Amino acid sequence: MQQVSEIIDYCQTLYEDLSFAAAREWKAAEQGRKVVGYMPVYVPRELIHAGGMLPLGILGGGEDLEVIHGDAYYQSYICRIPRSTVELAVSKRLDFVDGMLFPSICDVIRNLSGMWKLMYPELYVRYFDVPQNYKDEIGGNYYVHELQELRQGLEGICGRTISDDDIRRSIAVYNENRRLVNAVYDFRAREPWKAPSWHVYLLMRAGMILPVEAHSQLLQDYLAAAAADDQPMRDNCRVILQGMFCEQPPLNLIKSIEFAGCYIVDDDCMLVGRWLLRAVPAAGDPIANLARAFLKYSTETAAKYEPDGSRKGRYLIEAVRQRGAEGVIFAAPSFCDPALLDRPMLANALTRENIPHISFKYAENSGQMQPIREQAGTFADSIKLWSEA
Amino acid sequence: MSAAKSPAEVVKEPSMLKQKAMIADNYDKLTRAKELGLKVSSTYVPGNLNELLMCFGILNNLPEINAIQNGMRKLSGKLIADAEKMGLSEDVCTYVKADLGHMAKGAIAPNGKPMPVPDLLLLSYTGCFTFMKWFELLRDQYGCRTVMLHVPYEGDGKATKNMRDYVVKQLKDEVIPALEEISGVKFDIDRLRENLRRSAAAEENFVWVLESAKNRPSPIDAYFGGVFYIGPIFTAFRGTDEAVEYYRLLRQEIEQRIAAGKGPVTPDGEMAAEKYRFVVEGPPNWTSFRDFWRMFYEEGAVVVASTYTKVGGVYDYDGFRHDPERPLESLADYCLGCYTNRNLPMRVDMIQHYMEAYQADGFLVNSIKSCNSFSAGQLMMMREIEKRTGKPAAFIETDLVDPRYFSPANVKNRLESYFQMIDQKRRGGAHRAA
Repeated sequence: MQQVSEIIDYCQTLYEDLSFAAAREWKAAEQGRKVVGYMPVYVPRELIHAGGMLPLGILGGGEDLEVIHGDAYYQSYICRIPRSTVELAVSKRLDFVDGMLFPSICDVIRNLSGMWKLMYPELYVRYFDVPQNYKDEIGGNYYVHELQELRQGLEGICGRTISDDDIRRSIAVYNENRRLVNAVYDFRAREPWKAPSWHVYLLMRAGMILPVEAHSQLLQDYLAAAAADDQPMRDNCRVILQGMFCEQPPLNLIKSIEFAGCYIVDDDCMLVGRWLLRAVPAAGDPIANLARAFLKYSTETAAKYEPDGSRKGRYLIEAVRQRGAEGVIFAAPSFCDPALLDRPMLANALTRENIPHISFKYAENSGQMQPIREQAGTFADSIKLWSEA
Repeated sequence: MSAAKSPAEVVKEPSMLKQKAMIADNYDKLTRAKELGLKVSSTYVPGNLNELLMCFGILNNLPEINAIQNGMRKLSGKLIADAEKMGLSEDVCTYVKADLGHMAKGAIAPNGKPMPVPDLLLLSYTGCFTFMKWFELLRDQYGCRTVMLHVPYEGDGKATKNMRDYVVKQLKDEVIPALEEISGVKFDIDRLRENLRRSAAAEENFVWVLESAKNRPSPIDAYFGGVFYIGPIFTAFRGTDEAVEYYRLLRQEIEQRIAAGKGPVTPDGEMAAEKYRFVVEGPPNWTSFRDFWRMFYEEGAVVVASTYTKVGGVYDYDGFRHDPERPLESLADYCLGCYTNRNLPMRVDMIQHYMEAYQADGFLVNSIKSCNSFSAGQLMMMREIEKRTGKPAAFIETDLVDPRYFSPANVKNRLESYFQMIDQKRRGGAHRAA
């Protein structure tokens, strides 16, 4: 059995490699293989996989990428993820990518899709819109057509028809991956001392670059290794991290929160792996099944409209209850409109339920962690020492 | 340099006075809605469905316009500070914060009376993601009914049948039933056709006004003056007889100006000789609007086309008109085609067209700190326009209604340098020609 440290070292190597060597090697291993990049927050990776292609999550350049060219594309008041993503592109780190998908998340990522079209007119670039109306006959019909258009576009990249059976097989593969991702999250919530959040984070990041089958195997190996790992339980405060669904936090930020006395028992990083909340039926019309899964049981986040005002923030309150969390840390990237505009509504919902919360901002390259450690530590102390419970 | 005139001396043309009366009347109706037994909907400028609301006798209140009003009246700074104290981040849209701060202070309209709580939030989400969050925030405060019209983004540079069908379906199954329920009025498609017919008539003259800037000298400023010209058609008057009359009157005035060889009317009167012609991208700053404009007209700079005057509908570039023969489809096409709902390559193509058709000397971006819908990608747009037209581009940064982000000295400095650059380029061109 592999050791936890071996698995995490491997994931960290993948995480730190800004040349995407693993994806390049996958592509080079067989002639005709294609890679399709996607940005946060959600794309149906099943369709890419069904075309025999590798979905590659592009989550910005992280803390170690020196942005030289990217800053010339953006004003100072725009978040960092688009500028470091442009940096990845102009520095040719993404020159092996055959197509790019820009999901509907905010105006910045939306406009980045147009910039990509201007920069790479020969590349397949798609702004992937999703319905904000969740009725089958309205948003559902629209989304089915959008998925069919995406499927046709992807067929253009892989050079073959993507059949319904191909998609059904891929749905089954991703169902298994989602099951394992959720199992890791559940394990961490149950025994957070055995699954530090920076481990879980790196494991999930590996899923952005590895073929899904390899990622599922990695998750299985980790679950077995972590369960056998004897780690001391600490009297930490159980918190949920909220607002990190697009620009990713530096790894040190996650570590700092844990070092400050918090167990992170849930988060919204890399939602693509947990977007669909149940297994998608593998039988029947696969496009209709993916559409229905999106409409009826997908996660709630700032990028989605909540039609029922009385339900705004309920998902977070329910997560607090289910995970046994004692508080919520709102950590949003600077200039992130969706997270920062959602925050007051979520904070009000938590306040009404007497759930403690704090907030701060970060950038993917934030280097100074002392203030965050102090803030998180004070929050944890305030809950542990002075809460009514 | 001419000295600034006091507000009492500001020059007003008849069309301006008419528009002022229209706006005052609308605020009067809004603030007396309960007394008059009228229902009120809050909605947005881009994707504004005024003709549809009129079918149900529902008044149209536009939070963006309220924020602009408060910005121009120098009230927004305090409102934004209040909203930030309420938990809104300093990083987010200042329209949103000015609006929420305004609500917290009793939502006093320009006529000094409180605005009513809307009966409906009509969230037509067009070209700006923040709109969706804005109305969720308003719903959180008002607790009133909200109906969403999701307008897909033209990511591939065109409106597809699927997008149009989706919008029409929402209009039929979501928006119209909600309006019927709230107003108690049954939907009459012929009434909508009549309203759309009037919209199209106003749009013809509106486009004529915009295109009058192709003249030399331009009889209008299509940015600073343009924000007044878009007023009726972008807000609560599209589809009304008043809007038809306003644009007829405006066209007459401009025809006279062209005949007389005159330039635009500015707050300080007739503009002196036209020296520079620009295309401007991005919304204006509202808190120092007149000072900002003065930096242009005092130097003989006129804006001959602007993208901001397309944010509530694009009528000139590809000839869209509201069409009474296909009423709901036409409303869908209108929503889909608003400027910021078009992808960046389309926006660049439009600007290039304006640069060439209006014989502009340069392209200027007013980058708005709190408007990512406009601002993200503008630096690349600048480079594309320079590359395609060979004309110099420049960049300034301000904000919509947050006075902290308007630095007059910096803006003036940049503009003066830009004007000098154009002079040098002209001299260089003249030398080469010699």
